[in-house]
Amino acid sequence: MLLPPPFLRWFAEKGWQPRVHQLELLSHVQGGESMLLIAPTGAGKTLAGFLPSLVSLTERGKIPPGSVFTGIHTLYISPLKALAVDIERNLMKPVGDMGLPVRIENRTGDTPAAKRQRQKLNPPDILLTTPEQVALLLANGEAERFFKDLKYVVLDELHSLVTSKRGHLLSLGLARLRQLAPAMQAIGLSATVADPMDLQRWLAPQRPGENHHAGLITVTGGARPEISIMRTDERVPWAGHSAAYAIGDIYKAIGETKTTLLFVNTRSQAERVFQELWTINDDNLPIALHHGSLDVGQRRKVEAAMSENKLRAVVATSTLDLGIDWGDVDMVIHVGAPKGASRLAQRIGRANHRMDEPSRAILVPANRFEVMECQAALDANYIGAQDTPPVGKGSLDVLAQHVLGMACAAPFDPLMLYAEITSAAPYAYLTWETFERIVDFVATGGYALRAYERYAKIRKTPEGLWRVSNPMIAQQYRLNVGTIIESPMLNVRMVKHNARGALGRGGMALGKVEEYFIEMLSPGDTFLFSGKVLRFEGIRESECLVSQGFKLDPKVPSYNGGKFPLSTYLAQQVRKMLADPSRHTTLPDQVRDWLSLQKDLSMLPKEDELLIETFPRGSRHYMVIYAFEGRLAHQTLGMLLTRRLDRAGLKPLGFVATDYSLAVWGLEDLGAAFTSGRPQLADLFDEDMLGDDLEAWLNESFLLKRTFRNCAVIAGLIDQRHPGKEKSGRQVTVSADLIYDVLRSHEPDHILLEATRNDASTGLLEIERLGDMLSRIKGHITHRPLDRISPLAVPVMLEIGKESVNGDAQDFLLAEAADDLFADVLATASP
Amino acid sequence: MHRIAHAISALPDNPALSARIVVNGVIGVCDPLGGLYLPDLDILVVSDLHLEKGSAFARRGMMLPPYDTLATLRILDAVISRHNPKTVISLGDNFHDRVGSALMPELFRGMIETMARGREWIWINGNHDPDGTTALPGASMDELTHSGLIFRHEPALNATAGEIAGHLHPSATVRRREKYMRRACFASDGRRLIMPAFGVTTGGLDLRHQAMRGLFDHQNLVAHMLGRDRIYSVRFANLLG
Repeated sequence: MLLPPPFLRWFAEKGWQPRVHQLELLSHVQGGESMLLIAPTGAGKTLAGFLPSLVSLTERGKIPPGSVFTGIHTLYISPLKALAVDIERNLMKPVGDMGLPVRIENRTGDTPAAKRQRQKLNPPDILLTTPEQVALLLANGEAERFFKDLKYVVLDELHSLVTSKRGHLLSLGLARLRQLAPAMQAIGLSATVADPMDLQRWLAPQRPGENHHAGLITVTGGARPEISIMRTDERVPWAGHSAAYAIGDIYKAIGETKTTLLFVNTRSQAERVFQELWTINDDNLPIALHHGSLDVGQRRKVEAAMSENKLRAVVATSTLDLGIDWGDVDMVIHVGAPKGASRLAQRIGRANHRMDEPSRAILVPANRFEVMECQAALDANYIGAQDTPPVGKGSLDVLAQHVLGMACAAPFDPLMLYAEITSAAPYAYLTWETFERIVDFVATGGYALRAYERYAKIRKTPEGLWRVSNPMIAQQYRLNVGTIIESPMLNVRMVKHNARGALGRGGMALGKVEEYFIEMLSPGDTFLFSGKVLRFEGIRESECLVSQGFKLDPKVPSYNGGKFPLSTYLAQQVRKMLADPSRHTTLPDQVRDWLSLQKDLSMLPKEDELLIETFPRGSRHYMVIYAFEGRLAHQTLGMLLTRRLDRAGLKPLGFVATDYSLAVWGLEDLGAAFTSGRPQLADLFDEDMLGDDLEAWLNESFLLKRTFRNCAVIAGLIDQRHPGKEKSGRQVTVSADLIYDVLRSHEPDHILLEATRNDASTGLLEIERLGDMLSRIKGHITHRPLDRISPLAVPVMLEIGKESVNGDAQDFLLAEAADDLFADVLATASP
Repeated sequence: MHRIAHAISALPDNPALSARIVVNGVIGVCDPLGGLYLPDLDILVVSDLHLEKGSAFARRGMMLPPYDTLATLRILDAVISRHNPKTVISLGDNFHDRVGSALMPELFRGMIETMARGREWIWINGNHDPDGTTALPGASMDELTHSGLIFRHEPALNATAGEIAGHLHPSATVRRREKYMRRACFASDGRRLIMPAFGVTTGGLDLRHQAMRGLFDHQNLVAHMLGRDRIYSVRFANLLG
């Protein structure tokens, strides 16, 4: 019998049976294995994860007062603070009912200092916390004592953690925990992923030549969700992301269900949908808004109202993707295509937490390409296809942060630390040489010009151990721990004009908005935020002052924030669907007509064919490339392609990218040039584009600067905050850019630049994905010269004019600004 | 990278790429490398070099690249070679902190000595380096008055016409087609001039920031912005705020 009597009594009293996977997990863990549990929401995952430690603690019994110090028994790690708090509440209930001798506490950034101190002296049995807190605890001199009795680490929502830098940091923390408590077992809880073995290895120590991984329990089943694509009598637009056409249908659907969760992909979409719903909300349905930029207080209010079932609908971004139990959500509406099959599955799982009842979901495509993408996502969900990204290699900036943390905990032996670090799956690839360079970076910045030896942060003792030079370094580390680097944000505060027209003092705080967005605004501009049209008044200290805007139409339509690239899997499915007219019958009439027109006027590309259309329009010549690799990869392709076209003398003027295609335009006849083979398209799209051209472009890319800034902060080169001297986000941005320029021009092989390039190639620039595409389309490029725009080209052509301007073009625009005003300036400033 | 790369390639002086201005009747040339040349006085003015900023941070545990001094001095060398002035005035915050000039590596000291050879060199004291410089050629002083111009580090609120100052690191922002570009700039209304920061790791403060309030006659204020290889002059009214 696995379960002690109090548990059996409790289950019996509730009239429940322990579920098979709960007992199975318990038995494996009791057998000494680390385990991964993959289960849909509502399967009792949390209880399953805690069962081994609750049973173990019950068997151990209460520790009598006056006993020797006992460290924590179980560590629970969640990606969200709120989830840790929520779990405490949910766990206390059965523990209280059963009268178990178990002390449970949480520890997050919000935990008061006195309580944290007390936790160190007198640890609870189960500590519920976040990855950042684990890093802090491990960098403490008391870590060894605190964790020596650790039996279990429970990692919740593991799928969402492992692919990010937070996951990298956590994997290193886990490796350290194994050193401190060698018998420790890890229990991972995850939603369905594409490759469970990735996570299984992540949970177990890696050794060269050996194959260690956690055991796997997969709970399948649960009722199949009922997903449909919103049918509408309205015209589905060619382009755009607002789905405004479907607002009436969405509102109707909300009215027909008890509680609806409306997911969107970006904050600006959330604002737009929310505003439009309220414009037609004649029944005054309680509809709320929830996204990461809103004031925390407001978000908590919405969450509370939600769990008390007081709301009919919430419009939300990915902030509601994870974990916390809501009231009775009975439908999910996804506005815009979900961009990934697994993301859709997880979001649908947010509706209806009972496993045996089907979740209901409606997909609302925002444009015609999205209709196909939604259909592909729906098909994928039906067959249970998953497209979560692979775990990938651990990043070097995170490693640098960890190395400093370990020196703060206690002097380290580099050989032993290297062995420990490479036991973490994401860092199994790490060479000794790179590790040494990172240690050198932590000590003195790792510069070829050895200028800072005397200021070293960590130093080698005569015994060969690395230790921190002074206690200030540890303090600095504590203030900079973590991997979530916010872009510089300004508080948004509502103010009123007083009688004399001057701005009054502060009113209500509405939330935060990225500084780069505010920098684009002039006083008087209106924009949408927190469900209101706001008028920008100005910036005072670190606050963005706004007043009530009286226009209905905001002048500045949107600000970005949280855009997912189209997953490789869905992109492939869309290409398949496009290539196969027999599948077009399932699509709405308007989309079917559009595709059949494309077939008549141009062609539909085959699955692995790259279609390139060229056509004149106005005074310009266009080429549209249907690559289907997501906006980020297309942007990179656009940058590189325009360089090459320029070299071929074709004078490209600009480009614009969507998730599905890329349009490039110029003054020369691109179609004639390709037809005559000058240049050959095969040469133009050759993989060597990712060599010198990429390198040359990276020199100037602002995207790389942004990536560098994050790396520099995470690696500890630049402080996020400094003791006694809070830097504003802006100062960090400015200096990071300048530092990047200096470093690139003087030491291009510096380890932090290497870290930046690694990040960029998988992150913002999606270079890997682009490389895969270039090799896939080799020998499969079809050029279709047309005398006019094709139906398939319409969506991307509509994006022209909204494109961003980077790099070289910036100086061009500056010149334009100056030239316009040239005469003016001469009159004012010349003798 | 633009200034660093440009200084290394050291293009010859091209009047079309710089901006001619007049401050209190004295003609000046705003060089895209960030220096102001006064041809009638044969003076080159630079400001806010912030030399040894990297090592100042390293002493406090932030290991910024130790190449900033070298990069700044190379640009300085390029702009001095271009104008070959009789006098160089560095308008304060020449070093990032008080000990910077004393602790500066010999290599950099040698570079400054070479540049200063055969010229008059004046270090105006700034708030970062109020005690002057140690073991370097040239004279240190708090301010200097010359031919209707007054050179000081911090702009004075009620200054008489002809003030040339630094300290504020002015920058300006232009918006075009919904995109904005922000660059360091020379800021002048014809009465006074505030110099851009010359140091390569020195950030900027927008002309519309409250610290700039009351310094200029906005009607006549022009921002001479530092582009990749030329100056772009834009009137204050046409800047973004």
